Amino acid sequence: MALTADGSEQKELTQTPLLKIWVPWMGCNLNRRRGSSVPQFCNSPTMIVMVGLPARGKTYISKKLTRYLNWIGVPTKMFNVGQYRREAVKIYKNFEFFKQDNEEAMNIRKACAAAALKDVTAYFTKEQGQVAVFDATNTTCERRAIILNFAKEKGYKVFFVESICEDPEIIAENIKQVKFGSPDYVDRDIEEAMEDFVQRIECYRASYTSIDDDKDRKLSYIKIFDVGSRYLVNQVQDHIQSRIVYYLMNIHVTPRSIYLTRHGESELNLLGRIGGDSGLSPRGQKYANALAIFIKSQNIKDLKVWTSHMKRTIQTAEALGVQYEQWKALNEIDAGVCEELTYEEIQRDFPSEFALRDQDKYRYRYPKGESYEDMVHRLEPVIMELERQENVLVICHQAIMRCLLAYFLDKPGDELPYLRCPLHTTLKLTPVAYGCKVEPFFLNIEAVNTHRERPVK
Amino acid sequence: MLDNEDFVLDTSPRELTQNPLRKIWLPCKNGHILQRRVCMTNCPTLIVTVGLPARGKTYISKKLTRYLNWIGVPTKEFNVGEYRRECVKIYKSFEFFRPDNEEGLKIRRQCAMSALNDVRQYLSVEGGQVAVFDATNTTRERRGTIVKFADQNGFKVFFVESQCEDPDVVAQNIVQVKLGNPDYIHCNTEEAIEDFMKRIKCYESSYQPMDETLDRDLSYIKIMDVGRRYLVNRVLDHVQSRIVYYLMNIHITPRSIYLCRHGESDLNIKGRIGGDSGLSARGKEFARNLRKFLQEQNIKDLKVWTSQMKRTIQTAESLEVPYEQWKSLNEIDAGVCEEMMYEEIQENFPLEFAMRDQDKYRYRYPKGESYEDLVQRLEPVIMELERQENVLVVCHQAVMRCLLAYFLDKSAKELPYLKCPLHTVLKLTPLAYGCKVESVCLNVEAVNTHRDRPENVNVQRSTEDALQTVPAHF
Repeated sequence: MALTADGSEQKELTQTPLLKIWVPWMGCNLNRRRGSSVPQFCNSPTMIVMVGLPARGKTYISKKLTRYLNWIGVPTKMFNVGQYRREAVKIYKNFEFFKQDNEEAMNIRKACAAAALKDVTAYFTKEQGQVAVFDATNTTCERRAIILNFAKEKGYKVFFVESICEDPEIIAENIKQVKFGSPDYVDRDIEEAMEDFVQRIECYRASYTSIDDDKDRKLSYIKIFDVGSRYLVNQVQDHIQSRIVYYLMNIHVTPRSIYLTRHGESELNLLGRIGGDSGLSPRGQKYANALAIFIKSQNIKDLKVWTSHMKRTIQTAEALGVQYEQWKALNEIDAGVCEELTYEEIQRDFPSEFALRDQDKYRYRYPKGESYEDMVHRLEPVIMELERQENVLVICHQAIMRCLLAYFLDKPGDELPYLRCPLHTTLKLTPVAYGCKVEPFFLNIEAVNTHRERPVK
Repeated sequence: MLDNEDFVLDTSPRELTQNPLRKIWLPCKNGHILQRRVCMTNCPTLIVTVGLPARGKTYISKKLTRYLNWIGVPTKEFNVGEYRRECVKIYKSFEFFRPDNEEGLKIRRQCAMSALNDVRQYLSVEGGQVAVFDATNTTRERRGTIVKFADQNGFKVFFVESQCEDPDVVAQNIVQVKLGNPDYIHCNTEEAIEDFMKRIKCYESSYQPMDETLDRDLSYIKIMDVGRRYLVNRVLDHVQSRIVYYLMNIHITPRSIYLCRHGESDLNIKGRIGGDSGLSARGKEFARNLRKFLQEQNIKDLKVWTSQMKRTIQTAESLEVPYEQWKSLNEIDAGVCEEMMYEEIQENFPLEFAMRDQDKYRYRYPKGESYEDLVQRLEPVIMELERQENVLVVCHQAVMRCLLAYFLDKSAKELPYLKCPLHTVLKLTPLAYGCKVESVCLNVEAVNTHRDRPENVNVQRSTEDALQTVPAHF
């Protein structure tokens, strides 16, 4: 170690081989690293607490929010108290379970909530979780006070998300979409299920107290009215809560589809070379034409088309003969010094890099390039805008498409880089219930295979 | 919007050509670039402030305008008070604002109309995208007039209401921005405050805040108590969503932002751009001086941010405090020109070098980035800087220029030529409607890395002309 002018030791910096992050060389004592390259989203763990009558979209919001936070790198887990109840009471008879005067049921429900809170603690303390989404009705002041005390004791932040809606059509649609398929109603026909569920809602209504804008003015919360027509936001404490509010204010439930595809086969694809900015091969051009025919046949209302800034996606879009918007954020992963090389050449010239990439393909950063993790970060505004939009066709690249797909299909970091996104195949994603339906359309134009399997250890 | 009839199958696809300056692929035919079908944000937006005097409307208007322009949305603010000062050269007293002052009311209405006319000019003729109409707009009637005006002209309307009843905040507001106002130039502090309080009273009786029920079809955000609470209604599009997000992240707690570059690096000394080299001996000395400087400043809860490049991290390491690495703070990617000297760029890529001088903001290095790209990737940094309080950002020349341009409201044309020398710290402190800048040179010699725009930017220019402004190096 070099000595500085005043005699103190100056620690040298060394670049970690996988992430390409500069850290002070401290021998084996990496724990005392001062610099953090992981975004500091939150210091203390945060509990997001849902509030609202049944069929107000709490679970929909919980699942979506959890998926989004995990995708942007904030370890998040959802705790649905209804599931705990289904564990405890194997068979659901009817709405009477939820009656206010049903003491036995009340005790079970309280115990379930407590069990869920216990698991929240375990998630934060033992599993390094950062955010827990506590999904239950939490419709009484009393219940919310219990949660607040619990959080205060443990040093967790609390952010309430209340969904308020009295539009009977929305509620009926909600019940149809997600309640009929629920384990509670598996053996019931639609009319019975609907009738029972409506009674269930009534059981909560009498004791429902909305978060009070005056009495609860010190709490941090967002109230969502009528599926996003209006919001009330109170006391946002920190960065993560601000991001959550922004996300919740951008999502909607209007039915629509998102089409994801790669550019047509490119000249460099044919040569087995990665990256670069080449044009389409003849087969790639055929695919672009086939895509135009396919899109027309889908009869899509008000379709937006997005491409990257790279020639091959733009050429593909040109064949559609419609307006398209170019996003630099949709550019393929920057392979740095490995740009335009074949995998054989990378193995020959950078064997240790090649090995490191296979060790942790999600976090591995190319020298002077990017990692999948970096790409997720730059794709976040794209995802946010996709949430705002309705029907969109995104013409992009293999690594990009994997990142976007992982967001929609809730795939974790270690699966993301191995998702199959072959050339000349369009994926149609349609939100359904709590998830996403995927329909692949192979447009019958041959292309090279660019997929590299996860190597066997 | 497209119907299926718009899907004309082009059997002979349009050729693409890459714009040499911006490196954007555009369709062309027979060598002519075809009019690119640009996706604009549909119709222009009129942002309308609402609120009693001294509620921060002008502060919000100016800040929002600055932010939108920085992210590339042409925006202009129209302050009706200024129109009134043009019209009524000398402000006598609050009596002008009395609700029963017929003549005063007439003048004020005319001023509002005049401002709206200029709004129309800006949005419909001059290519503006957002106009911020800054006035009290405290009655439903006045707001109705504006909505009608917007409908007639095809503008979207988004209201931004600021409500605050905390007397301390209002008083602080008056002290910060009203006392220095042209209206009160000839008054002493007490007189001014007294008059202004009476002025506010003139509006109070007729004030009709935005109402959840009556105004449920309008798009608006109601900001309560300087951001403790927000009510957001009917956000229509992307721009409005971004505006809401921005407004929800800004605060007025006093704080300072320190901007500086890494210490002088080994590549700096050689006159080479980019790369990922370490600090020179002088750079290390700067880092030590920076540590002393910060200790002397006695800053409460200072956050330190760096890029992920060695030279900024080495600089931060000397501070011996926790720091956070942001990849978005990395220096501009010079693509094929990375680690070259300007002389080498001129020798190998004379065309590129000339084009960069022609439009330094939009120019994108081959396989690299432009300043315009940098602004886009720095937007989350700016958003987080708005949320934070005391922060030191250790970054790079081009990055620092972008951040500085945001805080000091510099145009795209000026941005790439802002002076950000090595070994100098800029302390930015929000003040009234702008930002106070204190420049502190930490007394360690360093090479100059600033290149002014040369006189001759023609692609045919001589090597001598091209290298006219290249700074000296070892």
